[in-house]
Amino acid sequence: MRPAVSFAQVSRHFGDVRAVDEVSFEVRDGEFFAMLGPSGSGKTTCLRLIAGFEEPDAGDVALHGQSVLGVPPYDRRVNTVFQDYALFPHMSVLDNVGYGLMVRGVPKAVRHRRAAEMLELVALGGLGGRRPAALSGGQRQRVALARALITEPEVLLLDEPLGALDLKLRQQMQTELKALQRQVGITFVYVTHDQEEALGMSDRLAVFNQGRVEQVGTPEEIYERPATAFVAGFVGASNIVDAAAAERLIGRRLAFSLRPERIRIGGPADGAGDGEHRVAGTVASVQYHGASTRIEVALDGALTLVVDRPNDLRGEVRPEPGARVRLSWPAAAMQPLDGGAG
Amino acid sequence: MRSRQRAGRAPLGLRLAAAAGLLYLHVPMFFILLYAFTTDDKSYQFPPPGLTLHWFGVAWERQDIWNALFLSLRVAVASTAMAIVLGTLAAAALYRARFFGREAITLLIILPIALPGIVTGISLRAAINLADIPFSFWTIVVGHATFCIVVAYNNVLARLRRTSGSIIEASMDLGADGFQTFRYVVLPNIATALLAGGMLAFALSFDEVIVTTFTAGQQSTLPIWMLTELVRPRQRPVTNVVAVFVIAVTLVPILLAYYLTRGTESTAGAGK
Amino acid sequence: MSIAASDLALGGGPRQGVGRRLSTFLYRHGGLFTLILIAPPLAWLGIVYLGSLLALLAQSFFSFDDFSGQVIYEFTLRSYVELLTNRANLDIILRTVSMAAAVTLGAALIGFPIAYMMARHAAGRVKAVFYLAVMLPLWSSYLVRVYAWKLILAKEGIVSWAFAEARLGWLLDGVLALPVIGGPSLSVSYLGMFLVFTYIWLPFMILPTQAALERVPKGLIEASADLGARPFTTFRTVILPLAFPGLVAGSIFTFSLTLGDYIIPYIIGSSRFFIGQAVYIQQGTAGNIPLAAAFSVVPIVIMAIYLTIARRLGAFDAL
Repeated sequence: MRPAVSFAQVSRHFGDVRAVDEVSFEVRDGEFFAMLGPSGSGKTTCLRLIAGFEEPDAGDVALHGQSVLGVPPYDRRVNTVFQDYALFPHMSVLDNVGYGLMVRGVPKAVRHRRAAEMLELVALGGLGGRRPAALSGGQRQRVALARALITEPEVLLLDEPLGALDLKLRQQMQTELKALQRQVGITFVYVTHDQEEALGMSDRLAVFNQGRVEQVGTPEEIYERPATAFVAGFVGASNIVDAAAAERLIGRRLAFSLRPERIRIGGPADGAGDGEHRVAGTVASVQYHGASTRIEVALDGALTLVVDRPNDLRGEVRPEPGARVRLSWPAAAMQPLDGGAG
Repeated sequence: MRSRQRAGRAPLGLRLAAAAGLLYLHVPMFFILLYAFTTDDKSYQFPPPGLTLHWFGVAWERQDIWNALFLSLRVAVASTAMAIVLGTLAAAALYRARFFGREAITLLIILPIALPGIVTGISLRAAINLADIPFSFWTIVVGHATFCIVVAYNNVLARLRRTSGSIIEASMDLGADGFQTFRYVVLPNIATALLAGGMLAFALSFDEVIVTTFTAGQQSTLPIWMLTELVRPRQRPVTNVVAVFVIAVTLVPILLAYYLTRGTESTAGAGK
Repeated sequence: MSIAASDLALGGGPRQGVGRRLSTFLYRHGGLFTLILIAPPLAWLGIVYLGSLLALLAQSFFSFDDFSGQVIYEFTLRSYVELLTNRANLDIILRTVSMAAAVTLGAALIGFPIAYMMARHAAGRVKAVFYLAVMLPLWSSYLVRVYAWKLILAKEGIVSWAFAEARLGWLLDGVLALPVIGGPSLSVSYLGMFLVFTYIWLPFMILPTQAALERVPKGLIEASADLGARPFTTFRTVILPLAFPGLVAGSIFTFSLTLGDYIIPYIIGSSRFFIGQAVYIQQGTAGNIPLAAAFSVVPIVIMAIYLTIARRLGAFDAL
């Protein structure tokens, strides 16, 4: 099957700023695809290139194998849920949701019925008569979703849709959105700067940095096998060890990343199995994080490693700063990095 | 309770000065009203020797006043219509678009009110003379429309800036082309700003006198009629009756415009 | 597609037709679209207004034959020479600029307390009332407002009456007897004219000043008070400098509008001319359009200089 969205060497520049710089990736049909990156990394511009609000300066954007260069937004079967929701302030909720049908000339009775059904789908039945201003943030979010889904787009674009919501509501909406996507079976392209959101919701994700795609993969691939130092550092916490430090630490000149939770910490006398790397160091700081404790260990030789230890080990003594400790990790936990890391 | 804190008590001297300033701004208008009822038509004697409704009847019978009024209304309607179209187009083009010469165009729109009215007036007169155009209804309208454009422009631009840009994108995203987007999304959102701009342009045109004296020739709009009466008074209280009427006619659109654009934007920054 | 059938089954579909194609064409050519939008207003202002200004400028370089009463369409600087060498004309310019300066100062003094009250002490409903109280005079009939003062300042009017009733008639007579600002009655004196000019243009001073004062962060004032500054010191060292661009912005209006006005000196004034009157008389009764044009270049030049200075003082940010 043809990819729902494909970018081929796409660039978009604003003056001297390379917002999107020779980006290529594909979004498979029916998947939940996240675009993750810090602000200004080009993910939102990519979204706008798909929607048709921007045209690339170079390269090609295709929807289901058809190039959409020069196709205005209203002729693309792609709808957007905007970051600020962009509900029409002068229309009722029902008219907002039915807008896509209205401009296609669907008779009033039909579109009102369909809009009411869509509102039921997003659990807002009965609120159709209200104005957007009379809704809460979470409710507006759902109206924006219903409005974007009513015309059954081939791809739904979501631009940081949960950014304006508080934490509790955000977690609830994450679950609902994921369920909704499975229910309607539409390809979702989801822009976020929140790595937890991206990992938790998406089937696959692309990590953006400075207008480029650093890595595309499943959440597991991205987390377990980050391809670059940026990905390793941006998605979850990571110890990034550059080639020179790696030579001192493990005797091989190979930059790698190491997740803090993969490192085991023990007293100086603890043994370790074969195939494991072992180093010794001094505890520099201890931070209690609730579910886990973060311990910074200064190794003998200028390098500091961060270690996360789960707090479910009852009775164990938490190391104090200044204590000598021995660290160990399986060789497989070290993820080699592309290029010059750190 | 933020507002309560902010409205902390002002020093007495400041309050007195502000009150005196506001009285200075508003008390004079009461004399216009008062003198419309005086029995004295030879001078501006205070206190009036007596009060009468006689002058309202006299004003009603004066055909020259009616003629001037109708001319003023027609001019105001025509120039407001032109100003709204031109000002809205300018606002739509300059809103968000960045292009070479944008600043110069903005300056050009503001210039007719930034320069003293007499400059605009004498310029138009010079052009009318050079081109050998006879004075007519349209020479007045051309002058008025020129300085009214900025009023419509300011109101619409302020509204466009306040309106979330993404609702236009949302509309196109949902399948509406440019014309549908304009009709269903842009127009409803700028409608009150258009109306407010129109109201203010109407008020501005209806009582304009400086530019009009240069473009009217022998025609008499209501303000020109008043000016003539001020210089060579005949029945003074009749002028007051007309003045009261002018206040009423301009007050309604100004107040309406205020209520239509209440909120963050300022309609007054435009000035005359 | 589990939710429903397609658009077509619902009785609709993407719009077709000329409008759609035109919309798409314009969407793809955004620059052309902007050009189409801007063309009518630009043509209007460029041809009608700018053309007129150029016509005016051109006229100022023609000359006027006093004997035939005809304009001679040949390039000459005669009008400017006449403007700048005739003592009476220079007096007119000096008189007008002095009045504009006095009015600007007066409006700043009277307007500042109102602007300050609006910006720092009024809130909610009170603020709305203040705002309306300043905005209404701005938009309401200029001529009527001038006329109101003719009633007030008349020899037999309320001011004279009030002074007489308070047994202060001697004071009014004393003021009117002063050189320069006095005159036979308030309605034909510079003092009266000053009062009317200030009254008419006051709102133009208040609004930008108020806007500038609104932008003074409250924290700054509290910080100054925290540091031990007395209210007056805070006012002088913190508030006034920050509000200054607003005052300058307001002064652009009061100065420019006074420079170009001819109605007020016409109605409330003596026979000594102001620039506006000179322009009006020269082009009207005298028919000397070249001299009138040269005269009206004066306020343009003065305002250009004024605006250059104002820009340096940061007034454009406060507009």
